[in-house]
Amino acid sequence: MSAAPTAPVSSSPAPTPGKGIRRIRVPQKLRNLELFLLLFVCATNAFAVVIVQFGALGYADLTVVTLGAGLAVLVFAMHIALRLVATNADPFILPIASLLNGIGIAVIYRIDIAEKLTGWESTALRQVVWTSVAVALAIVVIVVIRNHRVLQRYTYVAGLAAGVLLLLPMLPVLGQEINGARVWIHVGAFSFQPGEVAKIALAVFFAGYLVSRRDSLSMVGRRMLGLRFPRGRDLGPILVLWALSMAIIIFQRDLGTALLYFGLFVVMIYVATGRASWVVLGVGLFLAGGVIAGQVLVYVNDRFTNWLDAFNPDIYDAQGGSYQLVQGLFGLANGGLIGTGLGEGRPDITPLAQSDYIIASLGEELGLAGLFAIFGLYLLFISRGLRISFAGQDDFGRLLGVGLSFTLALQCFIVIGGVTRVIPLTGLTTPFLAAGGSSLVANWIIVALLLRLSDTVRNQPRLVI
Amino acid sequence: MTRELKRVSIVVFAMFLALLVSTTLIQFFQADNLASDARNARTIYASYDVERGPILVDGQPIAVSVPTDDEFKYQRSYPQGPLYSAVTGYYTLGQGSSQIEQAMNDYLSGTSDSQFLEYLDRLVTGKNPQGASVELTIDPVVQQAAYDALGSYQGAVVAIEPSTGRILAMVSKPDYDPNALAAHDSQQVLDTYDQLLAAQGDPLINKTINDLNPPGSTFKIITTSAALQNAGLPVDHTEPNLARLPLPGSDSTVANAGGGTCGGGDQVSIATAFVLSCNIPMAELGVEMGESSLGDMANAFGFGSELSIPMDVSTSQYPRGLDDAQLALSAFGQGSDVATPLQVAMLSAAVANGGTIMTPDLVDEIRAPDLSVLQSFEPEEFSTPLTDVTASELSKLMVEAVDNGAATNARIDGVSVAGKTGTAENGEDDPYTLWFTGFAPADNPRVAVAVVVEDGGGLGQSGTGNELAAPIAKRVLEAVLSK
Repeated sequence: MSAAPTAPVSSSPAPTPGKGIRRIRVPQKLRNLELFLLLFVCATNAFAVVIVQFGALGYADLTVVTLGAGLAVLVFAMHIALRLVATNADPFILPIASLLNGIGIAVIYRIDIAEKLTGWESTALRQVVWTSVAVALAIVVIVVIRNHRVLQRYTYVAGLAAGVLLLLPMLPVLGQEINGARVWIHVGAFSFQPGEVAKIALAVFFAGYLVSRRDSLSMVGRRMLGLRFPRGRDLGPILVLWALSMAIIIFQRDLGTALLYFGLFVVMIYVATGRASWVVLGVGLFLAGGVIAGQVLVYVNDRFTNWLDAFNPDIYDAQGGSYQLVQGLFGLANGGLIGTGLGEGRPDITPLAQSDYIIASLGEELGLAGLFAIFGLYLLFISRGLRISFAGQDDFGRLLGVGLSFTLALQCFIVIGGVTRVIPLTGLTTPFLAAGGSSLVANWIIVALLLRLSDTVRNQPRLVI
Repeated sequence: MTRELKRVSIVVFAMFLALLVSTTLIQFFQADNLASDARNARTIYASYDVERGPILVDGQPIAVSVPTDDEFKYQRSYPQGPLYSAVTGYYTLGQGSSQIEQAMNDYLSGTSDSQFLEYLDRLVTGKNPQGASVELTIDPVVQQAAYDALGSYQGAVVAIEPSTGRILAMVSKPDYDPNALAAHDSQQVLDTYDQLLAAQGDPLINKTINDLNPPGSTFKIITTSAALQNAGLPVDHTEPNLARLPLPGSDSTVANAGGGTCGGGDQVSIATAFVLSCNIPMAELGVEMGESSLGDMANAFGFGSELSIPMDVSTSQYPRGLDDAQLALSAFGQGSDVATPLQVAMLSAAVANGGTIMTPDLVDEIRAPDLSVLQSFEPEEFSTPLTDVTASELSKLMVEAVDNGAATNARIDGVSVAGKTGTAENGEDDPYTLWFTGFAPADNPRVAVAVVVEDGGGLGQSGTGNELAAPIAKRVLEAVLSK
């Protein structure tokens, strides 16, 4: 727990440590590394857009690049904010998020060209606007929340907020059903998926709740088959969460989100209590619920059939059949090892090529090599988040860190695994890449929170008593 | 808590490992399988990104790729669509392709093995992919003459150069306009395709190579060849001259075309039987020689052999295991005998070329976009069914048939034409299939031709090969001779 590296004192321009308190790291070095990486990332993103234009249009249109430059300004604003209020924050998180976000915009723009969408019809333009909103919100979060422990005070407020956010789409006027799933709210010209933001509120709630309740959840219980199972009355929380997931599956018809929330809870309760029996219970409950849902609910059953027998002509041609899944596989296959090159493939054949299927679009044009690079970026991002949990000193922060990181990892696995037939396909957005405002806002807030957590971890005054 | 975090980290890595494995499986190991799935539109799109090579006749394109502004970079265009529809075939979005477009696809699309280095070069330099051009052996003048001569009949004309096997003309009717199938509106293409598929006379079928008809009296070339060569009979060998021949073991009888005997006298020679195209003496000869003698000769001419020109030719059939009645019928091209017009043209080509059939071929030269020759036509022997002596005897008989026999409508002033007609029965009430095959000039043959007019030429059972098919052949022969 006290494994944080110490900088050599001789090369340290840091202010002289106060009595008993000293800084662990040389702060501006981290920010300088971040600045260097950000410059590289912005150049890469601009380059990606230009390549898309040469590939799909045959010429470069610099007005679009200018638009991207506006976005770069915001990202650098965030960088400056970090220099001011979170000097010790992790230097990799912001560049990775910016890079994924930028590549996503390039690919969305590429599909816009194929579908001849311009002006406010253009998804890429809306994505740029949403990214601005998201980054601005992230700046607000990092500036306002100077200490993550503040969040612990709002544990139950967060829980309530998550509940309200989840219920919003079910409201008559506000709620909106798209592609069968009722997970949207509609305000003016904008649609928003409150469930994306709810996952942050849930992570905060779980972290706060589990920190206070973990003793009773972990200490008592009966031993069975080598595992210590919880008492009946301690099963309350997991059953509530299970009921919530099932309600999402039944009423909002959204398998992916249900799996995401439940997975998040199971991992957090496991980390908090150290009891594998919670994982066994959780996985068992969810599988049982999933199997029953597969028997009872037509759309869940369809997802399973599409997954298992995708190439069957009847299933392929059926309404809500495996057409999209199979076309996505064709796209990936078309990309092969090195891809067709940005703007040179036909990702637009696959439905939802900009959102749910953006990973297939990327795989087609950047190839297996490009996908590996993207997986690498995600892994690096997630491992930076997990690092916070490993190095942190307060349990709330550690739990929040693992929760936020794991929700990102699980979301990647659910959506990419669905596209590549590892698991049945469920609608979720690919973090940072996919078109969608709510997803961007949520994930950039996660970026801000992880940055704040990492700053706190590195900044922890080691009180020598 | 650290132990649990380690385990969660391992789970995260395992999830990403699963994604790495699944994408590798899809993008590397299953990629070829997925690309060849018929539902994979990307494979079709990819084929339209190539500037497909042109198909040329005498240096002029009869199929060419024209740049377009839509999502496909090129559209196929056929400047003289219907005239060459049997040759070029079609090239569609979603409904496949046919004829040369299909048979030479690897070259036209630039994906043949001999274009591999060029393909690599394009991959590195980013040059626009381009296919090879395919120059055909077709002679545009002869093609036009054959097309005009066949008029509105349902049938086919094929002309080959006997000394080389080059196909000079290939016409099949009813024709169609392949441009209608080259459109980029897949629904429109599908509608047109379905319409053509259901149309009277099967316009999408190349009747010169893929339509099997009873060869009728043109088969007498084979029966006579077998008699002279396999059985060693002289042309003046005689058979009883009957007006009706009861079929062995059957109530049916065989009659000659005119209904009477074959010329005068109670004996008739092979020569007379051939020139006047009499059925009874041929049936008698066939039964005397036996199935294997006739069948071997038919096979030597190409029956039962596979052939690609480079389109696959339907195999003409001489049946085996016949009883005597069937054997008698088979000797004059009835019963279960079936042949393509190209096969019938090869009968004449063998006689014209001193007994040797040169392998028929449509492709003269394949050139890469940089004009280097990838492949060029080399005459090849297909088979030698006849000796020089038999060939020249048959040639004389065929000339006599045109001059004074059953094929008089193929006569050309000042040129000695060799020919043989055929009027084949199908079902009891079905219209006849009318044939002519021959070559000219007889002493120095430049062209061998086969004409088939199906559906009785609209005359039911009253038309004859001499009446309908011979004049068509005559115009094709004239087109070659006047060059």
